[in-house]
Amino acid sequence: MSAPATTDTATVTRAEYCAIACAEIFTGAGEIMASPMATLPLIGARLARLTTEPDLLVTDGEALLLDETPALGSVGSIEGWMPFRRVFDVVASGRRHVVMGANQLDRYGNQNLSAFGPLQQPKRQMFGVRGAPGNTINHATSYWVGKHTARVFCDEVDVVCGIGYDKVDPGNPAFRYFALPRVVTNLGVFDFEGPDHTMRARTLHPGVTAADVAENTSFEIAELESAGVTREPTEHELHLIRDVLDPKNRRDREVAL
Amino acid sequence: MTLDDVIGELRSGMTIGIGGWGSRRKPMVLVRALVRSDITDLTVVSYGGPDLGLLCSAGKVRKAYYGFVSLDSPPFYDPWFAHARTTGAIVAREMDEGMVKCGLEAAAARLPFLPTRAGLGSDVLTFWEGELKTIASPYPAADGRTETLVAMPALDLDAALVHLDLGDRRGNAAYTGVDPYFDDLFCAAAQRRYVTVDRLVDTEELVKTVPLQNLLLNRMMVDGVVEAPDGAHFTFAGEYGRDEAFQRHYAESAKDPQAWQQFVDTYLSGTEDDYRAAVRAFAKEKQA
Repeated sequence: MSAPATTDTATVTRAEYCAIACAEIFTGAGEIMASPMATLPLIGARLARLTTEPDLLVTDGEALLLDETPALGSVGSIEGWMPFRRVFDVVASGRRHVVMGANQLDRYGNQNLSAFGPLQQPKRQMFGVRGAPGNTINHATSYWVGKHTARVFCDEVDVVCGIGYDKVDPGNPAFRYFALPRVVTNLGVFDFEGPDHTMRARTLHPGVTAADVAENTSFEIAELESAGVTREPTEHELHLIRDVLDPKNRRDREVAL
Repeated sequence: MTLDDVIGELRSGMTIGIGGWGSRRKPMVLVRALVRSDITDLTVVSYGGPDLGLLCSAGKVRKAYYGFVSLDSPPFYDPWFAHARTTGAIVAREMDEGMVKCGLEAAAARLPFLPTRAGLGSDVLTFWEGELKTIASPYPAADGRTETLVAMPALDLDAALVHLDLGDRRGNAAYTGVDPYFDDLFCAAAQRRYVTVDRLVDTEELVKTVPLQNLLLNRMMVDGVVEAPDGAHFTFAGEYGRDEAFQRHYAESAKDPQAWQQFVDTYLSGTEDDYRAAVRAFAKEKQA
């Protein structure tokens, strides 16, 4: 008896390793709102909800809380209302784990999605700080980077939007909810458990070498040489990714090889 | 009221709050009226989208308070806001999105500030160049330590401009989509409050049409109502979607001075009726 083609574990793509790595961001999260801000973390959050984390709350990205866990782009039945104003209440409550993107990320986890260059006259304008300062100071924040390069993983970010571990004032209890559990990229899975809360490699995706990562990161990553390999997805996970959540394979478009 | 009446009550140098969010239910009809007017030197408070972009295109903005600026669909970054920023034409008071809500709530309650965690440790404090301060709690925690928070100052507005789906002549007004955004807060934070509505209806029809919870504005919160069908165009409102093709045309036109002059001549140089006719012609051309 052979497995159906859609759950063939011998043909796992890079994007599928990224999808399960994004799902594991939410392991143990419980009954909180998962707020993924890109396609891969979105697949990850919904995959977690369909496997180990059924109590997660997820939205349509607009104002509806989803009852079912549908494919990308569909809504299905809903269970509640989450307009933007209520999102800020959830942020302040801490019952949320956001996965943001980053134009820049440094070794302590400082993140920029605002602009490049001087604050009052940037060279390139992006979104502004958005909800990054409030997210990072209030609740768990992880990052997704679809193309891991030294330009993103830089020595110093131009604008600190999401705060990093070196910004925490240990004398001020207002910082006590700060946590950056994970960074998932097209190359591997990282956290900030290196010396002095610097970026550390947890696993590299199959086919990625330590040299690949080092070449594409402008600072030294802790435990890079000893990092293991990202685990294989289960047949069930592959079925959910390929047939249920992302049948149009939008995931491949967001993951650089 | 008419659009001209509203513009007649606004002055150069004012601090103006603009409702909606990104490219969602923005009072674009009032923004266009501002672009056509002589009013300038504005301080704008907004969850920014093409509202801020269009005002920047006409050099109307001196200073901007915002949590983000986004078109919400490709190319996402507003080209005229980007131009104003990269040329140093505006003073930026960038802040966390939640801080905008907090500042409007402070103004609505006539408080000088409200404490918030958002902003601590980030470059928001640097952006504000000394205008933004912190506050220590007078109540120590159980372990004796004191929490120091951002003291978000009240975002007091001279005027608020918002667009809702329907309302009556007296200023009762409702949204019909999935999100009220922050339009009631913008009105509550402002001295003068102007609402455009897609449909002006009798009070009885208004309250029969929507659930009570959608009646976002009451008469105390509004000074002027203008009926403006499609008044949020090209952003979306409760009863119509975003005009994605036209928004792309706006963003594309901003790339080149000649193309922009043509955009201004076609869409921003006449009356609102002229604008709507030109937009219909654009849609027809796209279809052909």
